[in-house]
Amino acid sequence: MMQAPTILLRGTYEMLGRQLFEHLSLQMNAGEWTCLLGPSGVGKSTILRLLAGLETGGTFAGDITASDGLSLANRVTFMAQEDLLLPWLSVAKNVCLGAHLRGEKPDFEKARKLIRHVGLEKQIDQTPDTLSGGERQRVALLRTIMEDRPVILLDEPFSALDAGTRAAMQELAADLFVGRTVLLVTHDPAEAARLSDRIFILDQSRLVETAAPDNAPIRALDDPSALHCQAQLLTILRQSV
Amino acid sequence: MTRVRTAFVVAAIVIALWQALVWLTGVPHFILPSPLRVASAMRDNIELLGEHAIVTLMEIIAGLVLGTLLGVATAIHLCISKTARVFLLPVLVFSQAIPVFAIAPVLTLWLGYGVGPKILMTVLIVYFPIASAYYDGLQATPRGYLDLARSMGASKTRLMLRVRVPAAVPSLATGLRLAAVYAPIGAIIGEWVGASQGLGYLMLLANGRAKIDLMFAALAVLAVMTVALRKLVDWFCEKALTRWLPASAGAGGNDPAVR
Repeated sequence: MMQAPTILLRGTYEMLGRQLFEHLSLQMNAGEWTCLLGPSGVGKSTILRLLAGLETGGTFAGDITASDGLSLANRVTFMAQEDLLLPWLSVAKNVCLGAHLRGEKPDFEKARKLIRHVGLEKQIDQTPDTLSGGERQRVALLRTIMEDRPVILLDEPFSALDAGTRAAMQELAADLFVGRTVLLVTHDPAEAARLSDRIFILDQSRLVETAAPDNAPIRALDDPSALHCQAQLLTILRQSV
Repeated sequence: MTRVRTAFVVAAIVIALWQALVWLTGVPHFILPSPLRVASAMRDNIELLGEHAIVTLMEIIAGLVLGTLLGVATAIHLCISKTARVFLLPVLVFSQAIPVFAIAPVLTLWLGYGVGPKILMTVLIVYFPIASAYYDGLQATPRGYLDLARSMGASKTRLMLRVRVPAAVPSLATGLRLAAVYAPIGAIIGEWVGASQGLGYLMLLANGRAKIDLMFAALAVLAVMTVALRKLVDWFCEKALTRWLPASAGAGGNDPAVR
């Protein structure tokens, strides 16, 4: 993997004549988890799509720069709320999807190791329809890490899971994505408090930073500073409604 | 199993009603033969029926396979080429404005009385449902798949072949199921217009000689063939084409957001 860069997004975004955010400046520090919280429809996912270089349907005036001066193209990978597993491919092939789509030889050995690591070796040749929601999201996580990109964008990746599975997935993600620049878009204050190095709340076109707990992520479920931060975030989010 | 039993019960009731109608009205057998007469005609002419049925079956299968291949190729072509969409799409829609019945005599005139025009007729009738169903499916690739493939750096060709083409297979299965029911129509029309063999030819021949019981027997064989073909295609779609679909979901049920 290339060295993970710090990323800075600055600019104004407009869609259908309506300004979603203006002169926004969001910095994601190298190798850290940056969390973006906020109510629905304020443009969190748009920011993520801009960073991923995907179609957004609006116009963005500004720039996205990396600290090493290189372009972000082909250095970003994303994971969404839907697992987006291709239902006709086996677990192993879904994990190796990137290579499959680029026409490269997939590294099945590495994929097998990862699949074993997350406890899915029995399902390695099965198609996704036989898996539970949590198992499917684990496969999606492996597919993301197989891409081996320095920048990872997560768009509410665990919000469709039940509480227990979600906590386990957060730990797995923190473990697998270590050393990468991660942007996590979520509406779950608990998730933000557990995982983040820095927390931003996007609200009515303004970006406000809220202090993350002092200790290093990932924090235990009963970590007092994380719980305190969670309560604080919830208070801010409720005020902004 | 209950469905099979229900089908048998319904068939038995229909046959009983038919027999009752014949008894009650005393309608002459050259207008409406009784089921018993049809059964005995079938038994007496089993070889003749078999010979003609095989010809018709071959025409149907050849037409179905060729029409499907052509329809799939067209759908993919329409999907990747803007020129094709501009020029081919209107032609495709317009082609449906001409009933196949109307061009059957012309095809027979050009291609003769052999199996050629029958297969072509079947191809024409099968082609449109396949092409349009699969094209719709190709247009409806979930956006998430496209985003994912793009972020992974997939080329257009690989995106097409490895994501969009397989993702649209449930739509193809829908078209194929429809086509399996339409296909016999094409072959029979072809045989009516001019042929020297096949069930359609046999029906016309029997009709002309007032052997209405034989005509009904041929019709029954055709009906059984059509149902069997439909079942076979269903089975193929389920086991070979869309085995990966979750059991609860029908065609197009591969939307990950639904789960």
